[in-house]
Amino acid sequence: MSTMTQISGAGTYLDAFSDLQQRTSRQPEWLRILRAEAFASFCDKGFPTIKDEAWRFTSVAPISQLAFSLPERGHAGLTKADLQQFRIAGTACSLVFINGRFTPELSDQPALAAGVEAGSLADALASDTGALELQLGLKLTLQNDAFSSLNTAFIEDGAYVRIARGTVLEAPIHLLFLSTGAEEPLMFHHRNLIVAEANTQASIVEEHISLADGVTFSNVVTELIAAENAVTSHYMIERKNKQSFHIATLRIQQERSANVSSHSFLLGGALVRNNVHPVFAGEGGECLINGLFIGDGHQHLDNYMLVEHASPRCNSHQFYNGILSDHSHGVFHGRIIVHKDAQKTDSKQTNRNLLLSDDAQIDTKPQLEIYADDVKCTHGATIGQMDDNALFYLRARGLDENSARGLLLFAFAGECTERIKPGPVRAHIEKLVRQALPEISAAHRDTAEAGVERTDTGRNWEEVG
Amino acid sequence: MAMLEIRNLHARVNKQEILKGINLDINTGEVHSLMGPNGSGKSTLAQVLARRETYEVTEGQVLFNGKDLLAMKPEEAACEGLFIAFQYPVEVPGISNSYFLRAALNAQRKYRGEEPIDAIDFIPLLKSKMKLLEMDERFQTRAINEGFSGGEKKRNEIVQMAVLNPTLAILDETDSGLDIDALKIVAQGVNAMRSPDRAIVMVTHYQRLLDYIVPDFVHVLAGGKIVKSGGAELALELEREGYGWIEPALAGAR
Repeated sequence: MSTMTQISGAGTYLDAFSDLQQRTSRQPEWLRILRAEAFASFCDKGFPTIKDEAWRFTSVAPISQLAFSLPERGHAGLTKADLQQFRIAGTACSLVFINGRFTPELSDQPALAAGVEAGSLADALASDTGALELQLGLKLTLQNDAFSSLNTAFIEDGAYVRIARGTVLEAPIHLLFLSTGAEEPLMFHHRNLIVAEANTQASIVEEHISLADGVTFSNVVTELIAAENAVTSHYMIERKNKQSFHIATLRIQQERSANVSSHSFLLGGALVRNNVHPVFAGEGGECLINGLFIGDGHQHLDNYMLVEHASPRCNSHQFYNGILSDHSHGVFHGRIIVHKDAQKTDSKQTNRNLLLSDDAQIDTKPQLEIYADDVKCTHGATIGQMDDNALFYLRARGLDENSARGLLLFAFAGECTERIKPGPVRAHIEKLVRQALPEISAAHRDTAEAGVERTDTGRNWEEVG
Repeated sequence: MAMLEIRNLHARVNKQEILKGINLDINTGEVHSLMGPNGSGKSTLAQVLARRETYEVTEGQVLFNGKDLLAMKPEEAACEGLFIAFQYPVEVPGISNSYFLRAALNAQRKYRGEEPIDAIDFIPLLKSKMKLLEMDERFQTRAINEGFSGGEKKRNEIVQMAVLNPTLAILDETDSGLDIDALKIVAQGVNAMRSPDRAIVMVTHYQRLLDYIVPDFVHVLAGGKIVKSGGAELALELEREGYGWIEPALAGAR
């Protein structure tokens, strides 16, 4: 049994940190220093409040006021058969992390193609000969970001994926983060490092699932380094239980001509924050930032985009759709910074929201900071209800009200799923989205899964605000 | 028993009474034309029959094949065999024509206790109907009415009608805004649907449509009532004389 740590009060993570320091005494010295500095930075800064511009719409008091423990090790008696339901067909491998720890006995790890490494970050750190020191954490701006600092302070495990120069990997890599239930609130600080070297192609699916009830705080940081001309897709699927706090940070570093797509699907959780932070460090990069958030009950789903154009001739396109019912609260905060030298930037941001109840709420905020003079930046947001005319039209052709609503919601969500390349990941996500759509009737779910022929035309609408 | 029996139908929208006692019988196999000036209640009647909730029925009765139509939801009326070709077909992004229409057809088949039709059998059916309306096959994968021209939307309504094969079809100003070529195509589609098992009601402003689809009966609506009924020749009379004679007729009706 490993260390079980109880944190004594609000904001004090010191005991857990000290225990972890002992447990990770074999980590390389540079990492221990990095972690210590990060912890100092976290202690110095503390959790953000709604006075911080980046956290205006989201109070993290529910997190800061609770004491969380680091989980015990072990896989809670799970077997591979238990996890079969979570697999995606046709993956290159499926790495399973139980309560933050890589669990090889539950993972599917067929021999990987030459040039592909995918495994545990802890293992990679143990056998590191110096490469990781140059990659891990260097691009994070810890001084401004308490959660990334906290994550860095608690680096222990997560996924490490490396696609060696020139390697094309068609099959996706599936990272499955599962949390088991516990009586006391648990915290996880998964740290993932994805290094896509020059001229590579790969897609990585990061999926977070609660296996049971129980309060958890997962604070995930994924660093994605896309080197020159790398084509990389990242999918984040969040399916936590309705008591969970989930903070996800995706930091993307794009070198020259790198083409990255980030797809986020927020389908669960109590309080969720989804940070997507691409930085164009080289000319000619392209980034698609696509997302869908579906909330009901009292869920709070916050999407914070920070797109940094630091080089000329880069394109970033953000598309986020929200579907909110009951008392749920959604946030889309899209910050775009175009630095002085980033001429010919083409940056687009669109956020569309459906509010299905009077008590559902959305805050949507563009924030453009442009220091170059030859750029194209557009942003737009819409907030609406279900279209009664469309609903009536579908019903007048014979579809019952539930099916018609389901179809309309799925079409709205489909704007996001259609941006995923057709294949097993898209099918997987479409299935999850259908299950998450609140009004969808069981009857419709059957017909929709039986055969979906959907519009294949590109949907090019633009709202300039 | 007539297929559709409308008895003393009164309806209002936003507290304003628009239908003030409509009486009309429509038998299977018949083609009727409902004409009348703007605001006479033609479209309101079509919307009430389609079970649009914004229209409140205050009095009267409508029997469709002997069943109380006014107690039905829109989808139930559709499944019972009623089809409205809308004056302003709605654009529904994100759902393809073909997916939607098959879902609708299968909902109706399920209601009637029939097996669902699969995509393999459905696509040829849809294609044949699209060909009849001279619509490009690409429209089947396009989102419902999205970005369609006015004429394409109207033709798409008739394609839907042809696929769903209703027993009672109500065309609400399907001819409005169509050029003569599109009008001929739509008329051809509607004429192909004429059958002893089906009734068709054309709501229109213009006699022009009736050159191509010759009705068995013409009714003139004014002030929320049918003020005159006759054969196809009545439409020609209206074309010649306009609606000027209606005011005295209305006064007489009061």
